[in-house]
Amino acid sequence: MMDALAGKDVLVRLEDAGVARGGRTLVSGIDLSIARGEIVTLIGPNGSGKSTTAKMVTGVHKPTSGAVWRKQGLRIGYVPQKLSIDWTLPLTVERLMTLTGRFGRREIEEALDKVGAGRLLKAAVQELSGGEFQRVLFARAMIRKPDLLVLDEPVQGVDLSGEAALYRLVRSIRDTTGSGILMISHDLHVVMAETDTVICLNGHVCCRGTPSTVKRSPEYLRLFGERAAGSLAIYQHHHDHEHHDDGCVVAEGQVHDHSHEGHAHVR
Amino acid sequence: MFGDYFSRALIAGIGLALVAGPLGCFVVWRRMAYFGDTMAHSALLGVALSIILSMNMTLGVFAVAALVAGALIVLQRQATLSTDALLGILSHSTLAVGLVLVGFLTTVRIDLMGFLFGDILAVSVEDIAVIYAGGAVIVGVLIWAWRPLLASTVSPELAEAEGLRPEASRLLLMILMASVIAIAMKLVGVLLITSLLIIPAATARRLSATPEAMAIVAAVLGVIAVVGGLFGSRTWDTASGPSIVVAALLVFVVSLAVPVSRLFGRREIYGT
Repeated sequence: MMDALAGKDVLVRLEDAGVARGGRTLVSGIDLSIARGEIVTLIGPNGSGKSTTAKMVTGVHKPTSGAVWRKQGLRIGYVPQKLSIDWTLPLTVERLMTLTGRFGRREIEEALDKVGAGRLLKAAVQELSGGEFQRVLFARAMIRKPDLLVLDEPVQGVDLSGEAALYRLVRSIRDTTGSGILMISHDLHVVMAETDTVICLNGHVCCRGTPSTVKRSPEYLRLFGERAAGSLAIYQHHHDHEHHDDGCVVAEGQVHDHSHEGHAHVR
Repeated sequence: MFGDYFSRALIAGIGLALVAGPLGCFVVWRRMAYFGDTMAHSALLGVALSIILSMNMTLGVFAVAALVAGALIVLQRQATLSTDALLGILSHSTLAVGLVLVGFLTTVRIDLMGFLFGDILAVSVEDIAVIYAGGAVIVGVLIWAWRPLLASTVSPELAEAEGLRPEASRLLLMILMASVIAIAMKLVGVLLITSLLIIPAATARRLSATPEAMAIVAAVLGVIAVVGGLFGSRTWDTASGPSIVVAALLVFVVSLAVPVSRLFGRREIYGT
Protein backbone atom coordinates (compact mmCIF):
# COMPACT_ATOMS: atom_id res chain seq x y z
CA MET A 1 0.00 0.00 0.00
CA MET A 2 1.03 3.58 -0.44
CA ASP A 3 1.06 4.20 3.25
CA ALA A 4 3.40 1.31 3.77
CA LEU A 5 5.65 2.63 1.04
CA ALA A 6 5.71 5.98 2.73
CA GLY A 7 6.84 4.23 5.90
CA LYS A 8 3.73 5.12 7.84
CA ASP A 9 2.45 3.04 10.69
CA VAL A 10 -1.25 3.27 9.93
CA LEU A 11 -3.48 2.84 12.97
CA VAL A 12 -6.91 3.02 11.40
CA ARG A 13 -8.25 3.36 7.92
CA LEU A 14 -11.77 4.03 6.67
CA GLU A 15 -12.49 3.13 3.06
CA ASP A 16 -15.65 4.49 1.53
CA ALA A 17 -17.23 3.93 4.93
CA GLY A 18 -20.70 5.08 5.85
CA VAL A 19 -23.39 4.64 8.47
CA ALA A 20 -27.12 4.51 7.85
CA ARG A 21 -29.66 4.34 10.66
CA GLY A 22 -33.32 3.57 10.09
CA GLY A 23 -33.11 4.34 6.38
CA ARG A 24 -31.32 7.62 6.96
CA THR A 25 -27.75 8.06 5.86
CA LEU A 26 -25.70 9.74 8.56
CA VAL A 27 -22.42 9.76 6.67
CA SER A 28 -21.23 8.05 3.54
CA GLY A 29 -18.13 7.61 1.44
CA ILE A 30 -15.64 8.51 4.13
CA ASP A 31 -12.03 7.80 3.28
CA LEU A 32 -9.48 8.58 5.90
CA SER A 33 -6.47 7.10 7.57
CA ILE A 34 -4.60 8.02 10.69
CA ALA A 35 -1.03 6.98 11.17
CA ARG A 36 1.17 7.08 14.23
CA GLY A 37 2.33 10.62 14.92
CA GLU A 38 -0.28 12.12 12.63
CA ILE A 39 -2.89 14.70 13.56
CA VAL A 40 -6.17 14.57 11.68
CA THR A 41 -8.88 17.16 12.32
CA LEU A 42 -12.52 16.72 11.38
CA ILE A 43 -14.43 19.92 10.90
CA GLY A 44 -17.97 20.51 9.75
CA PRO A 45 -21.24 22.05 10.84
CA ASN A 46 -23.54 20.42 13.39
CA GLY A 47 -25.04 17.19 12.12
CA SER A 48 -22.41 16.81 9.44
CA GLY A 49 -21.38 13.42 10.75
CA LYS A 50 -18.22 14.30 12.67
CA SER A 51 -19.12 12.25 15.72
CA THR A 52 -20.46 9.39 13.62
CA THR A 53 -17.19 9.31 11.73
CA ALA A 54 -15.21 9.42 14.95
CA LYS A 55 -17.33 6.57 16.29
CA MET A 56 -16.51 4.49 13.24
CA VAL A 57 -12.86 5.17 13.98
CA THR A 58 -13.18 4.07 17.61
CA GLY A 59 -15.30 1.07 16.68
CA VAL A 60 -18.45 2.16 18.49
CA HIS A 61 -20.33 2.30 15.18
CA LYS A 62 -19.92 -0.46 12.64
CA PRO A 63 -19.98 0.85 9.08
CA THR A 64 -23.10 -0.13 7.13
CA SER A 65 -21.25 0.49 3.88
CA GLY A 66 -17.58 0.44 3.01
CA ALA A 67 -14.95 -0.88 5.37
CA VAL A 68 -13.06 0.08 8.49
CA TRP A 69 -9.68 -1.40 9.19
CA ARG A 70 -8.24 -1.01 12.62
CA LYS A 71 -4.79 -2.08 13.72
CA GLN A 72 -5.01 -5.11 15.91
CA GLY A 73 -5.06 -4.34 19.61
CA LEU A 74 -5.43 -0.63 18.88
CA ARG A 75 -5.56 1.18 22.19
CA ILE A 76 -7.72 4.27 22.19
CA GLY A 77 -7.69 7.17 24.62
CA TYR A 78 -10.76 9.35 24.54
CA VAL A 79 -11.20 12.91 25.75
CA PRO A 80 -14.92 13.63 25.73
CA GLN A 81 -16.43 16.89 24.66
CA LYS A 82 -17.87 17.46 28.06
CA LEU A 83 -18.25 15.34 31.09
CA SER A 84 -20.49 16.46 33.88
CA ILE A 85 -20.09 14.40 36.98
CA ASP A 86 -23.01 14.61 39.32
CA TRP A 87 -22.35 15.59 42.91
CA THR A 88 -23.86 12.32 44.09
CA LEU A 89 -20.89 10.45 42.65
CA PRO A 90 -17.83 11.02 44.84
CA LEU A 91 -14.83 10.96 42.56
CA THR A 92 -11.33 12.18 43.22
CA VAL A 93 -8.94 12.97 40.42
CA GLU A 94 -6.90 9.98 41.53
CA ARG A 95 -9.89 7.67 41.14
CA LEU A 96 -10.92 9.19 37.81
CA MET A 97 -7.51 8.29 36.43
CA THR A 98 -8.24 4.59 36.86
CA LEU A 99 -11.74 4.74 35.44
CA THR A 100 -11.21 2.31 32.58
CA GLY A 101 -7.95 0.65 33.61
CA ARG A 102 -5.75 -0.16 36.57
CA PHE A 103 -2.70 2.01 37.17
CA GLY A 104 -0.23 2.43 39.99
CA ARG A 105 0.09 5.54 42.10
CA ARG A 106 3.43 6.44 40.49
CA GLU A 107 1.98 6.26 36.98
CA ILE A 108 -0.97 8.39 38.00
CA GLU A 109 1.25 11.05 39.54
CA GLU A 110 3.48 11.10 36.48
CA ALA A 111 0.56 11.44 34.09
CA LEU A 112 -0.93 14.29 36.13
CA ASP A 113 2.44 16.03 36.42
CA LYS A 114 2.81 15.94 32.65
CA VAL A 115 -0.29 18.08 32.24
CA GLY A 116 0.60 20.21 35.25
CA ALA A 117 -2.17 18.85 37.41
CA GLY A 118 -0.05 16.97 39.92
CA ARG A 119 -1.31 18.90 42.90
CA LEU A 120 -4.91 17.99 42.07
CA LEU A 121 -4.41 14.31 42.86
CA LYS A 122 -6.70 14.30 45.89
CA ALA A 123 -9.17 16.92 44.71
CA ALA A 124 -12.78 16.03 44.06
CA VAL A 125 -13.53 16.36 40.36
CA GLN A 126 -16.57 18.51 41.07
CA GLU A 127 -14.42 21.29 42.45
CA LEU A 128 -12.05 21.57 39.50
CA SER A 129 -12.24 24.55 37.18
CA GLY A 130 -13.05 23.92 33.52
CA GLY A 131 -9.41 24.15 32.48
CA GLU A 132 -8.17 21.94 35.30
CA PHE A 133 -10.78 19.31 34.51
CA GLN A 134 -9.81 19.30 30.84
CA ARG A 135 -6.17 18.73 31.79
CA VAL A 136 -7.12 15.89 34.06
CA LEU A 137 -9.18 14.34 31.27
CA PHE A 138 -6.14 14.58 29.00
CA ALA A 139 -4.01 12.91 31.64
CA ARG A 140 -6.64 10.21 32.07
CA ALA A 141 -6.60 9.45 28.36
CA MET A 142 -2.80 9.57 28.22
CA ILE A 143 -2.14 7.22 31.10
CA ARG A 144 -3.56 4.45 28.94
CA LYS A 145 -0.61 5.01 26.58
CA PRO A 146 -3.02 5.05 23.69
CA ASP A 147 -1.98 4.42 20.10
CA LEU A 148 -4.76 6.75 19.06
CA LEU A 149 -5.99 9.74 20.99
CA VAL A 150 -9.49 10.98 20.13
CA LEU A 151 -10.26 14.55 21.19
CA ASP A 152 -13.86 15.62 20.89
CA GLU A 153 -13.96 19.41 20.60
CA PRO A 154 -11.06 19.85 23.00
CA VAL A 155 -11.13 23.65 23.15
CA GLN A 156 -14.85 24.13 23.56
CA GLY A 157 -15.53 26.45 26.46
CA VAL A 158 -11.86 27.05 27.13
CA ASP A 159 -10.60 30.62 26.99
CA LEU A 160 -7.93 31.83 24.65
CA SER A 161 -4.92 31.19 26.84
CA GLY A 162 -6.35 27.82 27.84
CA GLU A 163 -6.75 27.02 24.19
CA ALA A 164 -3.15 27.82 23.47
CA ALA A 165 -2.05 25.68 26.40
CA LEU A 166 -4.21 22.77 25.24
CA TYR A 167 -2.80 22.87 21.76
CA ARG A 168 0.70 22.96 23.17
CA LEU A 169 -0.23 19.93 25.21
CA VAL A 170 -1.60 18.09 22.17
CA ARG A 171 1.59 18.81 20.31
CA SER A 172 3.81 17.62 23.12
CA ILE A 173 1.72 14.46 23.44
CA ARG A 174 2.16 13.78 19.77
CA ASP A 175 5.89 14.52 19.93
CA THR A 176 6.66 12.51 23.04
CA THR A 177 4.37 9.50 22.58
CA GLY A 178 4.03 9.39 18.83
CA SER A 179 0.37 8.49 19.11
CA GLY A 180 -2.00 9.33 16.30
CA ILE A 181 -4.49 12.08 17.11
CA LEU A 182 -8.00 12.57 15.83
CA MET A 183 -9.56 15.90 16.71
CA ILE A 184 -13.15 16.88 16.20
CA SER A 185 -14.07 20.50 15.93
CA HIS A 186 -17.09 22.48 14.95
CA ASP A 187 -15.23 25.53 15.98
CA LEU A 188 -13.96 26.61 12.61
CA HIS A 189 -12.02 29.50 13.95
CA VAL A 190 -9.07 27.54 15.00
CA VAL A 191 -7.33 24.59 13.52
CA MET A 192 -3.97 23.56 14.76
CA ALA A 193 -1.17 24.36 12.37
CA GLU A 194 0.34 20.95 13.09
CA THR A 195 -2.72 19.22 11.73
CA ASP A 196 -1.53 16.99 8.93
CA THR A 197 -4.94 16.60 7.38
CA VAL A 198 -8.11 18.61 7.81
CA ILE A 199 -11.19 16.75 6.67
CA CYS A 200 -14.17 18.89 6.09
CA LEU A 201 -17.40 16.95 6.44
CA ASN A 202 -20.96 17.52 5.44
CA GLY A 203 -22.47 14.04 5.36
CA HIS A 204 -19.56 13.15 3.10
CA VAL A 205 -16.02 14.39 2.73
CA CYS A 206 -16.41 17.73 1.00
CA CYS A 207 -12.76 18.66 1.02
CA ARG A 208 -9.53 17.69 2.63
CA GLY A 209 -5.94 18.70 2.82
CA THR A 210 -3.56 20.69 4.92
CA PRO A 211 -5.15 23.52 6.88
CA SER A 212 -4.05 26.13 4.38
CA THR A 213 -5.30 24.26 1.32
CA VAL A 214 -8.67 23.54 2.92
CA LYS A 215 -9.05 27.17 3.77
CA ARG A 216 -8.80 28.08 0.12
CA SER A 217 -10.82 25.20 -1.26
CA PRO A 218 -14.04 26.18 -3.05
CA GLU A 219 -15.98 23.37 -1.31
CA TYR A 220 -15.03 24.75 2.05
CA LEU A 221 -16.04 28.24 1.01
CA ARG A 222 -19.37 26.95 -0.31
CA LEU A 223 -20.09 25.01 2.86
CA PHE A 224 -19.21 27.66 5.36
CA GLY A 225 -19.60 30.80 3.34
CA GLU A 226 -17.10 33.50 2.53
CA ARG A 227 -17.45 35.14 5.88
CA ALA A 228 -16.71 32.00 7.86
CA ALA A 229 -13.81 31.22 5.61
CA GLY A 230 -12.15 34.43 6.56
CA SER A 231 -12.10 33.24 10.11
CA LEU A 232 -10.45 29.88 9.72
CA ALA A 233 -7.40 30.70 11.66
CA ILE A 234 -4.49 28.42 11.62
CA TYR A 235 -3.21 28.28 15.07
CA GLN A 236 0.47 28.97 15.38
CA HIS A 237 2.27 29.59 18.55
CA HIS A 238 4.42 32.51 19.37
CA HIS A 239 3.79 33.04 23.00
CA ASP A 240 5.09 36.07 24.73
CA HIS A 241 3.74 35.35 28.16
CA GLU A 242 4.74 32.82 30.74
CA HIS A 243 2.67 29.99 31.98
CA HIS A 244 2.60 28.24 35.27
CA ASP A 245 2.94 24.54 34.83
CA ASP A 246 -0.82 24.24 35.01
CA GLY A 247 -1.36 26.59 32.14
CA CYS A 248 -2.57 29.65 34.02
CA VAL A 249 -1.22 32.77 32.46
CA VAL A 250 1.10 34.47 34.89
CA ALA A 251 -0.17 37.98 34.50
CA GLU A 252 -3.67 38.46 33.30
CA GLY A 253 -4.48 40.84 30.51
CA GLN A 254 -1.33 40.31 28.57
CA VAL A 255 -1.68 40.48 24.84
CA HIS A 256 -1.46 37.32 22.83
CA ASP A 257 0.94 37.19 20.03
CA HIS A 258 -0.05 34.20 17.97
CA SER A 259 -0.84 34.95 14.40
CA HIS A 260 -4.45 35.07 13.40
CA GLU A 261 -3.95 36.20 9.87
CA GLY A 262 -5.50 39.55 10.24
CA HIS A 263 -8.59 38.96 12.29
CA ALA A 264 -9.63 38.70 15.86
CA HIS A 265 -11.21 35.71 17.48
CA VAL A 266 -14.92 35.93 17.76
CA ARG A 267 -16.08 34.71 21.13
CA MET B 1 -28.94 -18.52 66.56
CA PHE B 2 -31.78 -19.01 64.08
CA GLY B 3 -33.99 -20.00 66.98
CA ASP B 4 -36.21 -17.02 67.58
CA TYR B 5 -37.97 -14.89 65.03
CA PHE B 6 -36.20 -11.72 66.13
CA SER B 7 -32.67 -12.95 65.46
CA ARG B 8 -33.83 -14.43 62.14
CA ALA B 9 -35.21 -11.01 61.22
CA LEU B 10 -31.91 -9.36 62.22
CA ILE B 11 -29.81 -11.78 60.22
CA ALA B 12 -32.05 -11.50 57.15
CA GLY B 13 -32.19 -7.71 57.34
CA ILE B 14 -28.43 -7.35 57.75
CA GLY B 15 -27.87 -9.59 54.74
CA LEU B 16 -30.20 -7.49 52.66
CA ALA B 17 -28.63 -4.20 53.79
CA LEU B 18 -25.16 -5.43 52.83
CA VAL B 19 -26.36 -5.98 49.26
CA ALA B 20 -28.71 -3.02 48.94
CA GLY B 21 -26.10 -0.46 50.00
CA PRO B 22 -23.58 -0.93 47.17
CA LEU B 23 -26.26 -1.53 44.54
CA GLY B 24 -28.18 1.48 45.84
CA CYS B 25 -25.16 3.65 45.08
CA PHE B 26 -25.63 2.93 41.39
CA VAL B 27 -29.34 3.70 41.72
CA VAL B 28 -28.43 7.10 43.17
CA TRP B 29 -25.59 7.81 40.73
CA ARG B 30 -27.63 6.89 37.69
CA ARG B 31 -30.82 8.54 38.92
CA MET B 32 -32.72 5.31 38.78
CA ALA B 33 -34.81 5.86 41.90
CA TYR B 34 -38.12 6.03 40.08
CA PHE B 35 -37.03 3.16 37.91
CA GLY B 36 -36.34 1.09 41.03
CA ASP B 37 -39.75 1.97 42.37
CA THR B 38 -41.35 0.82 39.14
CA MET B 39 -39.60 -2.52 39.27
CA ALA B 40 -40.54 -2.93 42.91
CA HIS B 41 -44.19 -2.16 42.25
CA SER B 42 -44.26 -4.81 39.57
CA ALA B 43 -43.22 -7.35 42.21
CA LEU B 44 -46.81 -7.71 43.35
CA LEU B 45 -47.75 -8.75 39.83
CA GLY B 46 -44.93 -11.26 40.11
CA VAL B 47 -46.42 -12.62 43.32
CA ALA B 48 -49.87 -13.03 41.78
CA LEU B 49 -48.52 -14.67 38.65
CA SER B 50 -46.31 -17.10 40.53
CA ILE B 51 -49.30 -18.20 42.62
CA ILE B 52 -51.45 -18.66 39.50
CA LEU B 53 -48.69 -20.56 37.71
CA SER B 54 -47.69 -22.24 40.99
CA MET B 55 -44.03 -21.43 40.60
CA ASN B 56 -41.36 -20.23 43.00
CA MET B 57 -42.29 -16.78 44.20
CA THR B 58 -38.78 -15.31 44.28
CA LEU B 59 -38.24 -16.43 40.70
CA GLY B 60 -41.64 -15.11 39.65
CA VAL B 61 -40.95 -11.69 41.15
CA PHE B 62 -37.52 -11.59 39.55
CA ALA B 63 -38.92 -12.54 36.14
CA VAL B 64 -41.66 -9.90 36.19
CA ALA B 65 -39.30 -7.16 37.43
CA ALA B 66 -36.81 -8.05 34.69
CA LEU B 67 -39.60 -8.06 32.10
CA VAL B 68 -40.73 -4.61 33.20
CA ALA B 69 -37.16 -3.37 32.84
CA GLY B 70 -37.02 -4.90 29.36
CA ALA B 71 -40.34 -3.31 28.45
CA LEU B 72 -39.01 0.05 29.52
CA ILE B 73 -35.92 -0.31 27.32
CA VAL B 74 -38.09 -1.21 24.32
CA LEU B 75 -40.49 1.66 24.97
CA GLN B 76 -37.59 4.09 25.40
CA ARG B 77 -36.32 3.14 21.96
CA GLN B 78 -39.65 4.17 20.44
CA ALA B 79 -39.01 7.55 22.02
CA THR B 80 -42.54 8.84 21.92
CA LEU B 81 -43.17 9.44 25.61
CA SER B 82 -40.62 10.64 28.11
CA THR B 83 -39.00 8.06 30.36
CA ASP B 84 -40.68 9.73 33.29
CA ALA B 85 -44.16 9.23 31.85
CA LEU B 86 -43.34 5.66 30.78
CA LEU B 87 -42.19 4.83 34.30
CA GLY B 88 -45.37 6.34 35.71
CA ILE B 89 -47.47 4.16 33.45
CA LEU B 90 -45.51 0.98 34.12
CA SER B 91 -45.17 1.58 37.83
CA HIS B 92 -48.80 2.09 38.68
CA SER B 93 -50.33 -0.21 36.11
CA THR B 94 -48.22 -3.18 37.18
CA LEU B 95 -49.13 -2.47 40.81
CA ALA B 96 -52.81 -2.17 39.92
CA VAL B 97 -52.84 -5.28 37.75
CA GLY B 98 -51.10 -7.13 40.58
CA LEU B 99 -53.72 -5.98 43.10
CA VAL B 100 -56.59 -6.95 40.79
CA LEU B 101 -55.10 -10.38 40.15
CA VAL B 102 -54.56 -10.95 43.86
CA GLY B 103 -58.26 -10.15 44.33
CA PHE B 104 -59.17 -13.00 41.96
CA LEU B 105 -57.17 -15.51 43.93
CA THR B 106 -60.01 -16.70 46.14
CA THR B 107 -58.56 -20.17 46.64
CA VAL B 108 -55.38 -18.92 48.27
CA ARG B 109 -55.34 -16.64 51.24
CA ILE B 110 -52.90 -13.85 50.60
CA ASP B 111 -51.52 -11.48 53.17
CA LEU B 112 -51.65 -8.37 51.01
CA MET B 113 -50.25 -6.13 53.73
CA GLY B 114 -47.34 -8.52 54.08
CA PHE B 115 -46.44 -8.08 50.43
CA LEU B 116 -46.95 -4.34 50.38
CA PHE B 117 -45.07 -3.55 53.59
CA GLY B 118 -43.11 -6.72 54.21
CA ASP B 119 -43.06 -9.05 57.15
CA ILE B 120 -39.48 -9.37 58.23
CA LEU B 121 -40.45 -11.03 61.50
CA ALA B 122 -41.88 -13.96 59.55
CA VAL B 123 -38.69 -14.91 57.67
CA SER B 124 -37.75 -18.56 57.74
CA VAL B 125 -34.34 -20.17 57.72
CA GLU B 126 -34.90 -20.95 54.02
CA ASP B 127 -35.58 -17.27 53.36
CA ILE B 128 -32.29 -16.44 55.05
CA ALA B 129 -30.51 -18.98 52.87
CA VAL B 130 -32.02 -17.37 49.75
CA ILE B 131 -31.03 -13.89 50.90
CA TYR B 132 -27.43 -14.83 51.65
CA ALA B 133 -26.95 -17.03 48.59
CA GLY B 134 -28.59 -14.51 46.28
CA GLY B 135 -26.85 -11.64 48.04
CA ALA B 136 -23.45 -13.28 47.67
CA VAL B 137 -24.03 -13.69 43.94
CA ILE B 138 -25.18 -10.08 43.54
CA VAL B 139 -22.23 -8.66 45.48
CA GLY B 140 -19.89 -10.99 43.62
CA VAL B 141 -21.14 -9.75 40.26
CA LEU B 142 -20.90 -6.14 41.45
CA ILE B 143 -17.27 -6.59 42.46
CA TRP B 144 -16.42 -8.48 39.30
CA ALA B 145 -17.99 -5.88 37.00
CA TRP B 146 -17.23 -2.85 39.17
CA ARG B 147 -14.87 -0.98 36.88
CA PRO B 148 -16.98 -1.17 33.69
CA LEU B 149 -20.16 -0.48 35.68
CA LEU B 150 -18.64 2.62 37.20
CA ALA B 151 -17.02 3.79 33.96
CA SER B 152 -20.33 3.54 32.11
CA THR B 153 -22.01 5.42 34.92
CA VAL B 154 -19.51 8.28 34.72
CA SER B 155 -19.68 8.49 30.93
CA PRO B 156 -21.21 5.88 28.61
CA GLU B 157 -19.62 7.65 25.69
CA LEU B 158 -16.13 7.49 27.13
CA ALA B 159 -16.53 3.89 28.25
CA GLU B 160 -17.68 2.87 24.80
CA ALA B 161 -14.85 4.68 23.02
CA GLU B 162 -12.31 2.91 25.22
CA GLY B 163 -13.70 -0.51 24.48
CA LEU B 164 -16.22 -1.13 27.27
CA ARG B 165 -19.90 -1.88 26.72
CA PRO B 166 -22.11 0.57 28.61
CA GLU B 167 -25.32 -0.94 27.24
CA ALA B 168 -24.37 -4.31 28.71
CA SER B 169 -23.56 -2.58 32.00
CA ARG B 170 -27.01 -1.00 32.08
CA LEU B 171 -28.65 -4.35 31.44
CA LEU B 172 -26.56 -5.99 34.15
CA LEU B 173 -27.59 -3.35 36.67
CA MET B 174 -31.24 -3.87 35.84
CA ILE B 175 -30.89 -7.61 36.36
CA LEU B 176 -29.14 -7.03 39.68
CA MET B 177 -31.91 -4.68 40.78
CA ALA B 178 -34.56 -7.20 39.81
CA SER B 179 -32.71 -9.80 41.90
CA VAL B 180 -32.49 -7.54 44.95
CA ILE B 181 -36.18 -6.74 44.68
CA ALA B 182 -36.99 -10.43 44.46
CA ILE B 183 -35.09 -11.29 47.62
CA ALA B 184 -36.09 -8.14 49.50
CA MET B 185 -39.82 -8.20 48.86
CA LYS B 186 -40.66 -10.51 51.74
CA LEU B 187 -38.68 -8.42 54.18
CA VAL B 188 -39.72 -4.85 53.52
CA GLY B 189 -42.47 -5.17 50.94
CA VAL B 190 -42.88 -3.73 47.46
CA LEU B 191 -43.62 -0.20 48.63
CA LEU B 192 -40.50 0.19 50.76
CA ILE B 193 -37.80 -1.74 48.90
CA THR B 194 -36.38 1.25 47.04
CA SER B 195 -35.87 3.14 50.28
CA LEU B 196 -33.30 0.55 51.37
CA LEU B 197 -31.51 1.08 48.08
CA ILE B 198 -31.58 4.85 48.14
CA ILE B 199 -31.49 6.18 51.69
CA PRO B 200 -28.27 4.47 52.91
CA ALA B 201 -26.52 5.31 49.62
CA ALA B 202 -27.64 8.94 49.74
CA THR B 203 -26.48 9.15 53.35
CA ALA B 204 -23.12 7.63 52.47
CA ARG B 205 -22.43 10.29 49.86
CA ARG B 206 -21.54 12.95 52.39
CA LEU B 207 -19.19 10.59 54.17
CA SER B 208 -17.23 9.26 51.21
CA ALA B 209 -14.54 10.53 48.88
CA THR B 210 -14.52 7.65 46.40
CA PRO B 211 -17.22 5.46 44.86
CA GLU B 212 -15.83 2.37 46.57
CA ALA B 213 -15.90 4.04 49.96
CA MET B 214 -19.47 5.14 49.33
CA ALA B 215 -20.52 1.57 48.54
CA ILE B 216 -19.01 0.24 51.75
CA VAL B 217 -20.33 3.08 53.89
CA ALA B 218 -23.81 2.57 52.39
CA ALA B 219 -23.72 -1.10 53.35
CA VAL B 220 -22.68 -0.25 56.91
CA LEU B 221 -25.35 2.46 57.24
CA GLY B 222 -27.96 0.02 55.93
CA VAL B 223 -26.99 -2.45 58.62
CA ILE B 224 -27.30 0.28 61.26
CA ALA B 225 -30.77 1.14 59.95
CA VAL B 226 -31.88 -2.51 60.03
CA VAL B 227 -30.60 -3.12 63.55
CA GLY B 228 -31.90 0.19 64.84
CA GLY B 229 -35.25 -0.22 63.14
CA LEU B 230 -35.79 -3.76 64.38
CA PHE B 231 -34.89 -2.93 67.98
CA GLY B 232 -37.04 0.17 67.75
CA SER B 233 -39.98 -1.81 66.45
CA ARG B 234 -39.59 -4.31 69.31
CA THR B 235 -39.32 -1.58 71.91
CA TRP B 236 -42.24 0.52 70.72
CA ASP B 237 -44.21 -2.26 69.07
CA THR B 238 -44.22 -0.61 65.65
CA ALA B 239 -44.39 -2.23 62.20
CA SER B 240 -40.93 -3.64 61.50
CA GLY B 241 -40.49 -2.78 57.78
CA PRO B 242 -41.49 0.87 58.14
CA SER B 243 -39.42 1.13 61.34
CA ILE B 244 -36.30 0.13 59.39
CA VAL B 245 -37.02 2.84 56.83
CA VAL B 246 -37.60 5.39 59.59
CA ALA B 247 -34.29 4.41 61.18
CA ALA B 248 -32.56 4.86 57.80
CA LEU B 249 -34.16 8.28 57.50
CA LEU B 250 -32.95 9.26 60.99
CA VAL B 251 -29.39 8.28 60.07
CA PHE B 252 -29.72 10.40 56.94
CA VAL B 253 -30.93 13.42 58.88
CA VAL B 254 -28.11 13.09 61.39
CA SER B 255 -25.57 12.85 58.55
CA LEU B 256 -26.72 16.22 57.24
CA ALA B 257 -25.07 17.76 60.29
CA VAL B 258 -21.65 16.51 59.18
CA PRO B 259 -19.77 19.27 57.36
CA VAL B 260 -18.76 17.83 54.00
CA SER B 261 -15.70 19.93 53.40
CA ARG B 262 -14.04 18.61 56.54
CA LEU B 263 -14.15 15.08 55.26
CA PHE B 264 -12.67 14.84 51.80
CA GLY B 265 -11.86 16.32 48.48
CA ARG B 266 -9.58 19.09 49.66
CA ARG B 267 -7.02 20.05 47.12
CA GLU B 268 -3.63 21.01 48.40
CA ILE B 269 -3.38 24.63 49.29
CA TYR B 270 -1.93 26.60 46.41
CA GLY B 271 1.70 27.38 46.96
CA THR B 272 3.29 30.78 46.75
